[in-house]
Amino acid sequence: MMGRDAGRLSLILLFMPFALWIGLLIVLPQLGIGYVSLREKVGINQYEFGFKNYADFISEPIYRNTLLRTAWMSILVTALALIAGFPVAYYIAKIAKTRSRAALFLMCLIPLWVSDLVRAYGWIVLLRETGVISTALVSIGLISQPIEMLYTDMTVIIGLVYTVILFMIVPLVSTLQGMDDALLEAGYNLGGSRFTVFRRIIVPYAMPGIVAGSIITFMLTAGSYLTPVLLGGKNSSWFTEQIYNQFITRYNWEAGATFGVLLLLFTSLVVWLGLLLTGQSLATTVAKD
Amino acid sequence: MPSSPHFKWIYRAYVVVFFVFLISPLVAAGAFAFNDSLFPSLPWRGFTLDWFFGPAEPKLGLIHDDRLLRGMGNSLYIGLVVSALAVAAGTTNAFLFERKSFPLKGVLYILMIVPLVIPGVILGIAILLFASMVANFADRQLGLFITWLRPGIPLIVLGQVSFLTTITTLVIAARLKKFDIALEEAALNLGASRLRVLLTVTLPYLFPALFSAFIVAFLVSFENFNTTMILVGSDAPLTVTMYDRMVKVGSTPVLNAVSVVLMLGSGLLALASVLIQRPSKTA
Repeated sequence: MMGRDAGRLSLILLFMPFALWIGLLIVLPQLGIGYVSLREKVGINQYEFGFKNYADFISEPIYRNTLLRTAWMSILVTALALIAGFPVAYYIAKIAKTRSRAALFLMCLIPLWVSDLVRAYGWIVLLRETGVISTALVSIGLISQPIEMLYTDMTVIIGLVYTVILFMIVPLVSTLQGMDDALLEAGYNLGGSRFTVFRRIIVPYAMPGIVAGSIITFMLTAGSYLTPVLLGGKNSSWFTEQIYNQFITRYNWEAGATFGVLLLLFTSLVVWLGLLLTGQSLATTVAKD
Repeated sequence: MPSSPHFKWIYRAYVVVFFVFLISPLVAAGAFAFNDSLFPSLPWRGFTLDWFFGPAEPKLGLIHDDRLLRGMGNSLYIGLVVSALAVAAGTTNAFLFERKSFPLKGVLYILMIVPLVIPGVILGIAILLFASMVANFADRQLGLFITWLRPGIPLIVLGQVSFLTTITTLVIAARLKKFDIALEEAALNLGASRLRVLLTVTLPYLFPALFSAFIVAFLVSFENFNTTMILVGSDAPLTVTMYDRMVKVGSTPVLNAVSVVLMLGSGLLALASVLIQRPSKTA
């Protein structure tokens, strides 16, 4: 009897912090954004409710295009991070010797612990007109004039891939490490080419890792601010920048909240489609570790 | 695995190129802290420590730069408070999800993961809006001025705790999952009270996870920008100060010096958390 009461009491005690955290810091604030996005300021402390903010968003091509551009570039960055990161993850998980494996994995994690700001700053020092690469190229005579490599879409994409690729590699490594080498040997013994083994054995096995990495990468890219703003300059047209501007510069919280809801819906939609297409679920991928 | 030597070499070269790509911006950000020049760019004008210790303009070093130091102090304070809160909530969450069964557990578990996939900017504006709504309500209906619900350090703390608690929960739950419940039962059978079992058996076992959750939370908090920039008031933490400096004043090597300090600091902390998680004689 007492045991059961104690069990219930401890359940309540453990549930309280969870409920406070998720309720006050996540659920209610998110509902708050939804609420504010549906109201329109008509006077001092006077509001009307409706979908006007959303209609404004759709009728304004700048906002619309910024969201589409952010989504499209985020998908591109995710794909590039997967393509560039997979061989590295495979090398760490399967090819490197046990000792160097840990070292390589740690090396992968180093930039993870360095602020986005420092990383973006590093790229600026390297890539700007007076930067290291431009100066070095001039001094060895490959180019005659210093070139500006910042403020292009290409730079933003490379910078974003750099920022997020670790979040792709880490889940890939942990999935691939679980793969039994006997599977590969069986594949080769049955006459599979390297490509067949890759396509039919390695990729299906790594699928939870691929999906987890892609989701995290995509969300981080779509929600990133520093890299596109610092490397893309004033014309980066990144959606989070629009949200920031509405909130801080223009003080138009209604429009900013609308943009927030749209970004959340849009990224959730992409993630949901990705899960659907690959037959995975959030619990088997992202939540796994 | 059958593979031609060519393929092997190309593969290795690719991995090497990748790591060079990974390291180069960090090296660039770090190296120019030691260049005796007013700009963080080539040519190399010789080694100096002025950007760390220089007492006066134009080469005002980091330790004499009041705004950067104040930013660092704010970040440190925010980081410690945030990590303590996130580890406390993460511990109770871990016990809740690993030990208890209750209705809607699956749904609530997903809800627990969700903060990790909400973009930081949105977490920030959500907390800003909600806090302002509460503050306005209290002001209008009750005549109370709740200043800590306006942008400033308390809101930054709340904003960072909102997503860091997910991370600490996952780290601590992963270790709690591996705990052999028989150890607790043995202690109970030997007559220990539940509290005593918790304090002498379970929590010591969890300590490495608590420690690394704290470190991870501290580091992420220290370097967070997206959530923080929305909630910042008059006391800016380091990342916001650095960003302002970068965008408004243009970069001087003192920012490289800050980068060096940040990289060293987070490197050491990360190393500490890796070392303590190592399987040792106790585990």
